[in-house]
Amino acid sequence: MQRHLISAADLTRDDAVLILDTAEEMARVADRPIKKLPTLRGRTVVNLFFEDSTRTRISFEAAEKRLSADVINFSAKGSSVSKGESLKDTAQTLEAMGVDAVVIRHGASGAPYRLATSGWIDAAVINAGDGTHQHPTQALLDAFTMRRRLVGRDAGLGQDLAGKRITLVGDVLHSRVARSNVDLLHTLGAEVTLVAPPTLLPVGVESWPCAVSYDLDSTLPKSDAVMMLRVQRERMNAAFFPTEREYSRRYGLDGDRMARLPEHAIVMHPGPMVRGMEITAEVADSDRCTAVEQVANGVSIRMAVLYLLLGGNEPAAANRTEEK
Amino acid sequence: MDTHAHEHATDARPVLEGPDIARVMTRIAHEIVERAKGADDVVLLGIPTRGVFLAQRLAAKLAQITDRTIPVGSLDITMYRDDLRMHPPRALARTEIPGDGIDGKLVVLVDDVLFSGRTIRAALDALNDIGRPRAVQLAVLVDRGHRELPIRADYVGKNLPTSLRETVKVQLAEEDGRDTVLLGVKPADQ
Repeated sequence: MQRHLISAADLTRDDAVLILDTAEEMARVADRPIKKLPTLRGRTVVNLFFEDSTRTRISFEAAEKRLSADVINFSAKGSSVSKGESLKDTAQTLEAMGVDAVVIRHGASGAPYRLATSGWIDAAVINAGDGTHQHPTQALLDAFTMRRRLVGRDAGLGQDLAGKRITLVGDVLHSRVARSNVDLLHTLGAEVTLVAPPTLLPVGVESWPCAVSYDLDSTLPKSDAVMMLRVQRERMNAAFFPTEREYSRRYGLDGDRMARLPEHAIVMHPGPMVRGMEITAEVADSDRCTAVEQVANGVSIRMAVLYLLLGGNEPAAANRTEEK
Repeated sequence: MDTHAHEHATDARPVLEGPDIARVMTRIAHEIVERAKGADDVVLLGIPTRGVFLAQRLAAKLAQITDRTIPVGSLDITMYRDDLRMHPPRALARTEIPGDGIDGKLVVLVDDVLFSGRTIRAALDALNDIGRPRAVQLAVLVDRGHRELPIRADYVGKNLPTSLRETVKVQLAEEDGRDTVLLGVKPADQ
């Protein structure tokens, strides 16, 4: 593994499987009376959040605390950033405090990459979502959820997602979750199909390692998992579709559409869900919907990533032979 | 790969073979029953990888002797090691605590080789986060000495005085295809 986790595309198949396998063991810590491991004692992790987030920030914080790291939370609101401090100066402040890892969410695509490669800091950088670029830990927790549900908890150990058919539906254009998932799922051997109105597909999507369709109904029967993406109105500055009602009739998942899925197929959503838009309450609350499970799995995945990046004297390497 | 296997074959000599290991495990099982006065509340926890197989074998022997099923599980100590910072992170192994837990039980930790004692120290820390046993004992197939901590085994298959230049390698059928304990010599530093 590399020293930073910036993009899901940086992970090899063996790296990704190692992270998923490690997360499977981390998940067991949640079932114990004392949900804590001493592994990162004395290491300091900063959660540097320039953009709003509840799920991801709390998930990282829970993961860091379960591994006994010292956690510093930083949100742009109420910090010197609102006084005009640059990313560089913020980074150098953190470096001076001797942090071991920075978990960064930023509205600008590429900010985590800049932080990792600029030489401003020595710490490991973990991307918690940057603009419309990448959100690698989300893709990992999605893959983890798929492997558990479609392959099996124990049967899945050491396995990838070869041959699984995954459909991503909705606002691909603005979605870092979609980009990360396409990269990671392709690496893991899954067949990915994107379904969206043409206006919500990015330029150059034909070069991505996936298929593209405009028709949800014909894709559903051939899906092992369907992931609904949120329509990101906060990033939209133009009209991408005529009305919300039309969008939800063509690309929303309701009970009738869910019935077209194969028996074993699951419905996923990275959250936050907009009920009535991309997903109806009936689907969101059904037991085929893994949205809540994905949140729980997020903590295990982030524990695995933190352990594999920070637990030793250098990042873990996949396929290392065991020694005593 | 081939040359490596060849070196092993010539350098390492077996100190325990399959039948010896079986006899030793039977003896340890009897010792556990004797000391625990029937092994009523015994929980066996093997330390991955080979300790788990030894724990399962012990559980089978104890079941034969006592006519009851003995709870057996595994305890991965990777994240409690004191040398984590000296190596890249290791892949984790499974921790599986039997359904009734370990609170108030007599936990017998099972490992293949007792050496510095640091693995057992980590195991005691790991146990601490899982519950509060009535007592903790240690069973090992081989005790090769050179303790770095005040830790000793309660049940020892074979005491094997070694020098630090020697290596002890346990092979078990479940993992390695055969049962043997090999004593070898570390290749000299080049």
